[in-house]
Amino acid sequence: MAIKDLPIEECYIPGSAACPGCPATMALRIVYKALGKNTVKIVPACCTAVIESLHPYTSFDIPTMNIAFEAAAAGASGVEAGFRMQGKTDITVVAWAGDGGTYDIGIQALSGALERNTNFIYICYNNEIYSNTGIQRSGATPYGAWTTTTVSGKTEFRKEMGEIIQAHHIPYAAQACIAYPEDLFKKLQKAKIIHGPRYIEIMAPCPPGWRFPMEKTVEMGTMAVETGAWALYEVENDKVTFNGRSKLIMEGKVERKPIEDWIKYQGRFRHLFKPKKDIKRIKAIEDHIDQMWERYRKCYL
Amino acid sequence: MKYKYDPKRIREVLGKKVQFLLGDMACVYGGLLAGCSFFGGYPITPASEVAEGMARRLPRVGGTYIQMEDEIGSMAAVIGAAWGGAKSMTATSGPGFSLMMENYGFAAMTETPCVIVNVQRTGPSTGQPTLGAQGDMMQVRWGTHGDFEALALAPSTVQECMDFTIEAFNLSEKYRNPACVMTDGEVGHLRERIIIPDEKDLKIIDRVTATIDKEKYIPFTNSQTRKSKVPDFATFGTGYRTYVTGLTHNEKGFPATDKQPDHERLVKRITTKITDDADKLVMVEQLNLDDADVAFVTYGATARPAESAMEMGRKNGIKVGLLRLKIVWPFPDKLVTNLAKDVDKIIVPEMNLGQMVHPVREFAENHCEVISAPKIGGEMHLPMELYKYLEGK
Repeated sequence: MAIKDLPIEECYIPGSAACPGCPATMALRIVYKALGKNTVKIVPACCTAVIESLHPYTSFDIPTMNIAFEAAAAGASGVEAGFRMQGKTDITVVAWAGDGGTYDIGIQALSGALERNTNFIYICYNNEIYSNTGIQRSGATPYGAWTTTTVSGKTEFRKEMGEIIQAHHIPYAAQACIAYPEDLFKKLQKAKIIHGPRYIEIMAPCPPGWRFPMEKTVEMGTMAVETGAWALYEVENDKVTFNGRSKLIMEGKVERKPIEDWIKYQGRFRHLFKPKKDIKRIKAIEDHIDQMWERYRKCYL
Repeated sequence: MKYKYDPKRIREVLGKKVQFLLGDMACVYGGLLAGCSFFGGYPITPASEVAEGMARRLPRVGGTYIQMEDEIGSMAAVIGAAWGGAKSMTATSGPGFSLMMENYGFAAMTETPCVIVNVQRTGPSTGQPTLGAQGDMMQVRWGTHGDFEALALAPSTVQECMDFTIEAFNLSEKYRNPACVMTDGEVGHLRERIIIPDEKDLKIIDRVTATIDKEKYIPFTNSQTRKSKVPDFATFGTGYRTYVTGLTHNEKGFPATDKQPDHERLVKRITTKITDDADKLVMVEQLNLDDADVAFVTYGATARPAESAMEMGRKNGIKVGLLRLKIVWPFPDKLVTNLAKDVDKIIVPEMNLGQMVHPVREFAENHCEVISAPKIGGEMHLPMELYKYLEGK
């Protein structure tokens, strides 16, 4: 499949208030193309809650509910139950949340919905920060990254949401990236027809939050995958398959690129390079990724 | 680095004595000057700057900043830190304040000193995140379930954001009760000149810690070392047997959930420890009230346009005065009653649909007319809008 083969129909229409180069809008276009108009969306506090509909514009062409920060998956559970009791089974219920609303405040509702076998798709667009409130750290922020609440670099590593999700043993879970729209589209198509809880997480490099030029969003996404900082994979009934570049890295057919190639272009890691290169912390990031791949290989190869 | 209260070092970290500062940042300064050594934060507009300011400065004075996973966690961590021996605070806005409500009640029930800065924004729900409001004035008083007393201050200026945060710590430590600084998006995001007090001008109150013989210590009763209904505080790890629970507990701290007298004794003590002192806790500003026929009763950001309206009224020969509540809860009931006896009309401007007008009515209505002057939607009153109330329009 190529980009030209994606449906022409757009549910993400002009009127968005997003920053230039916003990855969330790129992801939303693909999500809507794959899921179609017969979709209901539950959005907690996050950038999307702002950019989708600043009066007098709206960029969504489907029913949407902006709910409290902690409540995306719980709200979606209710919507799904409402449809089910009316016998409406053809509508796709989607919860769409950022990493703050997924990793931190929303994890309780998410875990509950997955455990209850709620028939919905939960999509997390992960830009590794609280960008909507002005770039604070989240549970997804990588080690060493600057945010307004980790001014000299975060001292903890991000949590592995993918593995937390897998522990729920749901029918479908996947990791994707905005730089690989065809892969994302395929995963959404697959998720759409499965019954039960489905989880898709999309790596979404944020230009103002990560401090890189707005035209580099896709490049940053590509590099996230090529350096192995982010893996593309899907889990179908506990069977893990790595996709695209990540598959090649997994099988040892290509070397993952050094992490430096990715982080040196991001202002949020500038303090690791200037005034003096912080070899220790850069190596810590590298080692952490190595450990992650080592774990992947042990478990899934 | 171990935290030790060092006003000299704190002043070094804060910088110049006179600064042009953001209201939210002034709350940070106030907290640090008061000896806050723990901040549990969670990002929320328009209060994020308080967390950001603390994240930068607390480590430099030996304190700890933790960004929690949500506001429920923030409030819980703040309570935990207090029992661990820290003076602790958090900052939030409407939706986060709503999430904190359960633990706010827990802090009151367990007599935990802690400070919450609420940079109010419009509501209900998400409302207008970047715009100010005064819609949580009743929530701070009645938002958590059961009977308790609130300690709440409302700053009108950036200077007061700092001063009142210090005062909130003092009240909280003195009464072992959560104290709230009810600022708002307008004052929180306002930049003004502030003067940082000298060390000698700082009045800091710390909790009275338990010193009595460990065998004789009773954790939840009148103080055993002085005349007060506030018990001496036994920090965890100091060797005292301390059991802290949100369940109704007896004097020893153990659950007494099926005993009516125990509950009544406990809750009456934790409320009367504050209401007994209510008259001492009055903190107001009175302007032109000596000969006034009409008075504004106001607080927080709204006091600013009200003062301008008062000046316009005075210029045009209307005998108008202003009473500004600095401490909003406990409510200065006697003062308001006395004012009501002297004037014909009280006007209560608020950035909500009428909240503090209710206690004003309760204590003034028998003596004069009480008019609510509400405005919502994230815009402050214009002086002219309030002036019209003076002319009876």
